[in-house]
Amino acid sequence: MSVLVYASSSDGKFKKSSFEVVSYGKKVAEELGIKLIALTINANDVTELQNYGADTIVSVNNTALNEFNAKEYASVIQQVAESKASKVVVIDSSIDGLYVGPLVSVALNAGYASNVVDAPSSTSPFVVKRKAFSNKGFNNTEITTENKVIGLAKNSYGIHENLVAASVENFEASVSEPGVKSTSIDKAIGKVTIADADVVVSAGRGLKGPENWGMVEELADVLGAATACSKPVSDLGWRPHGEHVGQTGKPVATNLYIAIGISGAIQHLAGINASKVKVVINTDPEAPFFKAADYGVVGDAFDVVPQLISKLKDFKAQNS
Amino acid sequence: MKILVCISHVPDTTSKINFTDNDTNFDTNGVQFVINPYDEFVLTRAMWFKEKQGAAVTVVNVGSASTESTLRKALAIGADNAIRINAEPKDGMSVAKEIAAVAKEGGYDLILAGKESSDYNGQMVPGMIAALLGYNFVNGCVQMDVDGTRVSATREIDGGSESLQTSLPLVVGGQKGIVEESDLRIPNMRGIMMARKKPLTVLESSHPNNATNSVSFEKPAPKGAVKLVAAENIDELINLLHNEAKVI
Repeated sequence: MSVLVYASSSDGKFKKSSFEVVSYGKKVAEELGIKLIALTINANDVTELQNYGADTIVSVNNTALNEFNAKEYASVIQQVAESKASKVVVIDSSIDGLYVGPLVSVALNAGYASNVVDAPSSTSPFVVKRKAFSNKGFNNTEITTENKVIGLAKNSYGIHENLVAASVENFEASVSEPGVKSTSIDKAIGKVTIADADVVVSAGRGLKGPENWGMVEELADVLGAATACSKPVSDLGWRPHGEHVGQTGKPVATNLYIAIGISGAIQHLAGINASKVKVVINTDPEAPFFKAADYGVVGDAFDVVPQLISKLKDFKAQNS
Repeated sequence: MKILVCISHVPDTTSKINFTDNDTNFDTNGVQFVINPYDEFVLTRAMWFKEKQGAAVTVVNVGSASTESTLRKALAIGADNAIRINAEPKDGMSVAKEIAAVAKEGGYDLILAGKESSDYNGQMVPGMIAALLGYNFVNGCVQMDVDGTRVSATREIDGGSESLQTSLPLVVGGQKGIVEESDLRIPNMRGIMMARKKPLTVLESSHPNNATNSVSFEKPAPKGAVKLVAAENIDELINLLHNEAKVI
């Protein structure tokens, strides 16, 4: 019996969400009194995972798995889960994690809860809390099947160090010819993505035109942040669709979300609500965003943002 | 090409979310139900396949009779016929099994669904249908074309997109981009009149087991009032973010 976590990696390196998934798996394993196994696929320094409590690290290395493929990755997770008698499998709720999750669930005949935000409130019955209604509520869900799959929401449980001495095993996974083949990947190099960012700087129609985004990018640069935008801005073509955050755009669950010139429509707030600290800058004190934010500045973005950039630069210079 | 479009019946995105019966049920009082916004994108794409490539389009929903208004809307947008599987949707797995059984029976080549529904946001059902049927599966799909049985598709990835090649039979979890929002179809009067005459078949449930139960609901913890900082005092904002919120 074991808990299995799939610690995803990109170009051989783990992301922070992988450490969070391992931390979470450790908690579940402790509650159940069983071992934690971490599965890695083509990752380099797999021993990093013992810092977060992995008792065993199962390392799969296969060039046929160099590019993510949902069906093949689900099959690898299934093979390891079956060989290790894993009762609970934990996967992150990234774009790829949510692609793989339902496939693993069917393969293991397991009940599946995605976007889970907390450790199980009870393990018998097995109850987890997950996001629902586009961040306007939570659902406590009991998984009734013997095998269980959990998709952990990003930035929800946190990373908890828990150093153990892990054993590392290599695992020969069988891989078949994929039915869905990747032909090319189009990705901006060296840009912080909204999914990975600790800070997101987002702007709306209050900026009046695409030519005014220089200061948004500069502020993001100072903070090491990703840039995002409201729905009207992407609909108007001022910014690419990939930057649209909100209920029908990308979800944001970051440490700090700065909204500039965004009024805060209910659909926008639903998409960004999972962020820990929200700052709003808006000329209109009646903008609904002020009700959802932690900190607010009533003022003109064209006055406030340049000040913020210059003062943050001073702050960074003093604190680095 | 036979296309099956999965339609979720969900609260309108502007709905206030409340719970009743000691927080065990969603309060439908005063809530307007609509076609899941993610499903609207794939339904419109299905209309394109119908008009350009002669596809036949069936819409399907798992739900009680109260969801038929939503299926009629999908018919008014242009679907040829509708199926309602007569069951209360209990969880993602049971809904996927209900739809997979109907999809297999009907011999559909392409099953389209929004990648998630705006009520439970689980992103479960499309992938589960694909896995249950052993069909190919593309999630987060933002573009797709079909040529015979060959399919080229693009999916969203972190920070970009990935181009894919696959083939029918196929399940797609779609999102904005598969058609643009400005191209979404809204029912017109003629469509609404025609929808009344289109077949809406009610099928009995295949009674699959559910794998999860809803125990209770919670609302997010109430948030404290916003702390306002004067526009002339940006130093204070930086101080609060550093010392109080500890995020910079």
